[in-house]
Amino acid sequence: MTTRYTFGGDEHIFVECSDEMSLDAFFRGMSITNALRDAQIKGVTEICPANASFQVRFDPDVIAPDEMMRQLQALEAVAQAAPSTLNTRIIEVPVYYNDPWTHETGQRFRERHQDPTSTDIEYTARINNLDGIEGFIKAHSGAPWFVSMVGFVAGLPFLYQMVDRDRQIQSPKYLRPRTDTPRLTVGHGGCFACIYSVRGAGGYQMFGITPMPIYDPNQTTSYLRDFMCLFKPGDIVKWKPIGREEYDHTVAEVDAGRWQPRIAPVTFSLEEFRKDIDGTNARVMEALND
Amino acid sequence: MINVLKPGLSTTVQDLGRPGYYHIGIPTSGGMDTLSLAAANLLVGNDAGAAVLEVVFLGPELEFTADAMVAVTGADLPPKVDGVEQAGWTAFRVNKGQVLSFGYLKKGARAYIAVSGGIDVPVVLGSRSTYTLGALGGYLGRKLAAGDVLPVGASAADGEGRAVPYHLRRMPGAPAELRMLPGLYWHRITEEAGATFFEDTWKVAPEADRIGYRFKAGRPLDFVPRTPPFGAGSDPSNIVDACYPYGSVQVPSGTEPIVLHRDAVSGGGYMMIGTVVSADMDLIGQLQPHTPTRFVKVTMDQAIFARADRRNTLRAIAAALA
Repeated sequence: MTTRYTFGGDEHIFVECSDEMSLDAFFRGMSITNALRDAQIKGVTEICPANASFQVRFDPDVIAPDEMMRQLQALEAVAQAAPSTLNTRIIEVPVYYNDPWTHETGQRFRERHQDPTSTDIEYTARINNLDGIEGFIKAHSGAPWFVSMVGFVAGLPFLYQMVDRDRQIQSPKYLRPRTDTPRLTVGHGGCFACIYSVRGAGGYQMFGITPMPIYDPNQTTSYLRDFMCLFKPGDIVKWKPIGREEYDHTVAEVDAGRWQPRIAPVTFSLEEFRKDIDGTNARVMEALND
Repeated sequence: MINVLKPGLSTTVQDLGRPGYYHIGIPTSGGMDTLSLAAANLLVGNDAGAAVLEVVFLGPELEFTADAMVAVTGADLPPKVDGVEQAGWTAFRVNKGQVLSFGYLKKGARAYIAVSGGIDVPVVLGSRSTYTLGALGGYLGRKLAAGDVLPVGASAADGEGRAVPYHLRRMPGAPAELRMLPGLYWHRITEEAGATFFEDTWKVAPEADRIGYRFKAGRPLDFVPRTPPFGAGSDPSNIVDACYPYGSVQVPSGTEPIVLHRDAVSGGGYMMIGTVVSADMDLIGQLQPHTPTRFVKVTMDQAIFARADRRNTLRAIAAALA
């Protein structure tokens, strides 16, 4: 894994930790961006972690591009020495899988899909050798997921499944992007899950919907009053399958300002995870019950 | 206050933007042509970064409920007060009860209407700019509609007749030239594709908005063969989803380049071959669909020189109006 540095015009440095996705690449980016934040270099205006890369925006009137590059590269050694441990939180996200709204949207754009005769969830179950919708839900919700990037649009999390690579759910994006996706759709493209924070265009497969808003520019949602976006990179997510009744109930509770997501602090160690994936995941998910 | 009688095609409140939240997908927003935006403000005695109205192609009709000084910069979209045409890039008075309207667009794409005192919508995350995709900032997070009432800040409303000198009114040439620093995933395209990209004259596609500008009519780009990296996707233009710099030039499937602008999607899965330099971002905002456009390869030194040049233009405007 060789870190690659490149300028994005005169205001950005783009750093690719690896051209392929892995938790190792994400953690390397996380530790360098943390070191960069701590270094408080004058002229750095934005630090954006991504899945296997990150981006730094700087003001070239304050720090010359070459000097910015030199200081950033010097931090890589500092970051490498840092322990791959993260004090973070686990958030339980209720999901109504195979719901009527994403199903209806999927049918409307069926001619843009790889398999027009099937649904997104049936198709993805089949190409991943999972036992139908039930088998898919079990695989999707059985292990936690890492928020490895927040972006595309406001507050949208990209999530990386915390299982061996050969067990990761993978699916292609639609052949042509849809012009519509319901707000709070739980989607999937490549090896990444996402939650659409707003209604809009999208190319990811659609598996279900969460009743839990994750972006609220008006900040009236009870748990988004301090900040309008719920997720940040490094958060861990546990999907909780729910049915129609719990979905409707949760929507009503959210609207009434009474609902709070289940969130618990948790420590995640990459070394521990490498040694014992299932054991680490069990410990991380158990934190929700403390 | 200002009563919006007709909203125009897509009129939004913008200032110099909302930096600091790109890491969670909220782009900077702000005027696409910030040089014209700043000039409009300076003409009416505002701070360069006060909130103005950004107008696209078709002007609004606005009724003023108080006297104000107004200036319209950027695109050549002739302003009229109660039907009487006014000069662009020049401060003019609009009295209480008068209506500001516009003639047909002659040149450019976006005009900036500054009103003395500034458009006084609430500040959200440090800015009054509108980010429509996220329903954030500006006037209720959206473009203007008939019946909207815009609050305006207090002001002295003087300086009538002041104008920005002609040589400081920066607009794209014909063909438009956008300077670009190659980089990012440049290595993914072949040497020949790298050459044709700069040789070809592209045309602005109809899909051109505040998120990004798409270009067509150039030769498709060939890719260096590879085995798709895990998580990237099978198309040769796919990458593991990453951040997109402002001004970055992505080329999905190697066919139509897209330059991301102030309302950029903050990341995604398409490789980018370089970035339009910060100094030329303003020019993109003035490109109409079908405008012939060339990308000009530059070095970092040239990019920094262009940046200084743009800054000097803004200083000269401020000095001329002081």
